[in-house]
Amino acid sequence: MTLTTSTDMLLEATDVSKTYGAVVALHNASLAVRPGEVHALVGANGAGKSTLVKILTGAVTPDSGRIIVRGRERKSHSPAEARRNGLVSVYQEPAVIPDLDIRENLRLTHTPVEPFRHWMNELGVENLNLSSLARRLPLATLRIVDLAKALAIEPDVLLLDEITAALPANLTERVLQNVQQLGEDRSVIFISHRLIEIAAVCDRATVLRNGETVGVVDVAAGSEDKIVNLMLGEGATALAQREGGHVTAAARSHQTPRLSLLGMSARRRLHNASFELYPGEVLGVVALEGQGQDELFDVLAGSERPSSGSLLVDGKPATFHHPADAIRIGMVYVAADRAEALLMQRSVRENISLPFSARIPQWGWINLGREKHKVDEAVNTLQIDARAGAEVRRLSGGNQQKVTIARWVASGVKTMLCFDPTRGIDIRTKNQIYVLLRDLAAAGAAVLLYTSELKEIQLACDRVIVIFGGEVVAEMPAAQASEAALLRAAHNLKPDSALPEEVAAAATGDMSAVQAAIDSQSTTVSQR
Amino acid sequence: MSATTATIEQPRGGPADRIGSFARDNAWTLGLLGFLAVLLGFTKFANPNYGLDSLQGTATSVLPLALAAVAQAVVVISGGIDLSISSQMALTSCIAATLMKGYPGEGVAVGIVILVLLIGVVLGAVNGALVVLTKVPDIVVTLSTFFIWAGFALLVRPAPGGAAADWLKGLVVGGLGIDWLPKAAILLIVLVALIWIPLSRSRLGLSLYAIGSNPLAAFRSGVAVNRTKFLAYVITGFVAAFAGLSLTASTGIGTPVPEPTYVLISIAAVVLGGVSLAGGIGGVFGPIVAVVVLQLIRDDMTFMHVDPNYGLVAQGLILIGVLMVGSLIQQRRSRA
Repeated sequence: MTLTTSTDMLLEATDVSKTYGAVVALHNASLAVRPGEVHALVGANGAGKSTLVKILTGAVTPDSGRIIVRGRERKSHSPAEARRNGLVSVYQEPAVIPDLDIRENLRLTHTPVEPFRHWMNELGVENLNLSSLARRLPLATLRIVDLAKALAIEPDVLLLDEITAALPANLTERVLQNVQQLGEDRSVIFISHRLIEIAAVCDRATVLRNGETVGVVDVAAGSEDKIVNLMLGEGATALAQREGGHVTAAARSHQTPRLSLLGMSARRRLHNASFELYPGEVLGVVALEGQGQDELFDVLAGSERPSSGSLLVDGKPATFHHPADAIRIGMVYVAADRAEALLMQRSVRENISLPFSARIPQWGWINLGREKHKVDEAVNTLQIDARAGAEVRRLSGGNQQKVTIARWVASGVKTMLCFDPTRGIDIRTKNQIYVLLRDLAAAGAAVLLYTSELKEIQLACDRVIVIFGGEVVAEMPAAQASEAALLRAAHNLKPDSALPEEVAAAATGDMSAVQAAIDSQSTTVSQR
Repeated sequence: MSATTATIEQPRGGPADRIGSFARDNAWTLGLLGFLAVLLGFTKFANPNYGLDSLQGTATSVLPLALAAVAQAVVVISGGIDLSISSQMALTSCIAATLMKGYPGEGVAVGIVILVLLIGVVLGAVNGALVVLTKVPDIVVTLSTFFIWAGFALLVRPAPGGAAADWLKGLVVGGLGIDWLPKAAILLIVLVALIWIPLSRSRLGLSLYAIGSNPLAAFRSGVAVNRTKFLAYVITGFVAAFAGLSLTASTGIGTPVPEPTYVLISIAAVVLGGVSLAGGIGGVFGPIVAVVVLQLIRDDMTFMHVDPNYGLVAQGLILIGVLMVGSLIQQRRSRA
């Protein structure tokens, strides 16, 4: 693996180092981007990706190193300066002011309107009303707005940080197509946890590990493995093979479902949704953006009251007036956005014990000894790196998500409702979360898992339901839930001719296809 | 269960580590204590007559302010603010002084104190209910009730006057046996310990921090957000009633016109004491130290015969200066 060094690079960062106290975030990292290429920047959480991005965009000043754009050394001390130097980035979170309308937001960033409109159309969002308040637009549209804003000012280098993380599949495709066709003069630095996307759009990939650039890979067929191996480094060992814990259709017929939904409707989006969730299974939920999945999870978590329909928990009717009601019967919610779930300025301990103590129905003292025991147990079970435990916001995104799950495990969970829990999390932590969900199911809990990443269905689920227009339109065993099949179902297209052998195989409990998929994924997991 | 095969190193430090981590967690308060020590030294320098017995006077004048700061800290930690604290103090103080004048007797006074504390709870409950039920911003609600309680105070006592039971005065004036142990300071410590320690270790305490830190996350975690917010104002009203009683105790009368600076000082002390105005961070010890600091600065200005108008300017500058230095140090530390 040699670093290409030549003078015709559009952007070149060399020997970039940054330390935070004793923590080395970057150590002589380098990145070279050719004109016209889409260059992936990959690495597990904590590899130094975000630090490098912050340095490139001027948000952080490096301790040492040089950044050269079009042959001239540039020092950016702020994102605005980086912008003037031709480096524009689109961050993970929408960068629009919620209380301004889109036109005012454009004026705020000196973005020309006509090119912006052009790019919005190109990206698949037509007829956007520029007078609508940003806060009224769905998250996916805001991501597209951010991207179109960046494209409209024609930067030399466009930096896309997890741009597809919050996008539904149809928009992702449009975005990726456009990214690929930006032309000879512009380059894109593309950051994503989805290796499939990288394979689809990127020309080369720079891999970071522990703050160092460990390789530059020409992206071609089969380079995914190479990238993963570089990300993981030496000593990547396979995850221990998981014993089958899948619920078969036959076994299910004898059980009372943990949850039964009958004709559930809420707000405007969820209409007449019905399905069952059994103890011991992980049930996947797939849907395009805005098909009622948010409402479904809000209703189940007790944050929202349904307008009609009924919910049975363990065969008994249940109504929730408050999340506390759901939590009391062991039904808990894990959000995609950790900021919605955690007290960022408080400690790991307090975060884990919050719902635990919220379950105690009366006033009273928190039993500190018992609390500490529970917390330690949860921290150990989840392998949370709790060295920065005084404030949760100092943990990495993956560890934060583990804390949100840990708190529920500590408080005793019977039904876990996970809404895109692995959004923006590195592969290693994702795998730990899959394993954890499987373990929970194996221990008898029921898990409902909405995911925007279709691949996760076969990795983590037993069964999957597809929601379209607020209704459950398809149900299939995970073995059949290929990405193609799920996408068709999510668009409410009829599946191709039925596959009788596969249905039969799944019904008799032959889940070898799923097992094989999990085994192949587990090679990407290492142990620290 | 493959997920349990690897366990992480738990830092299990000895006493030295524990002291170290205590110092890290309470760096702001410890820094403030250092500043207080310097200030005490300066006070002695500015006014050579300031001796151990002068501590008594300082403690007595600090007590109502310190209780007001504790009351404010509770509600600020929960993500709210209470601008009506000073008129709650005026009203409770006037009620206490008037009743003690009308119904003299040391025993009766005990009942009056309990009644006044209950009134504090009611005042807080009204604030809390208005904030929770009307959804009007807390700053507007408590500004309105500031005027309402102030009006009631004037209705109760059109002019300063009334009386205080001797045992009540005896609680805050003078030293406890020895000169350098002011009774007011002991009372403050006992009161705060009795209110704050059980609170901070209870579920309600954790919930206060939770709704201040992230109301959505608290809601999703099963915390009853509205009830906790309501209770925060109730506790604030309760502590403000103690502050009002301490006014009566230290002056011997009730003064109906609320001192607006009490509110401003309570907010300044809360901020200076390391409580985030955004909620979720801090405690009550820092604000108490901050009140002493602010009071000493005022006293020093008086000793040094600074024009009171310049004194106000200087107080504001010191407040900004201390906060600036403190946040600079914190930034430096989190960057290092």
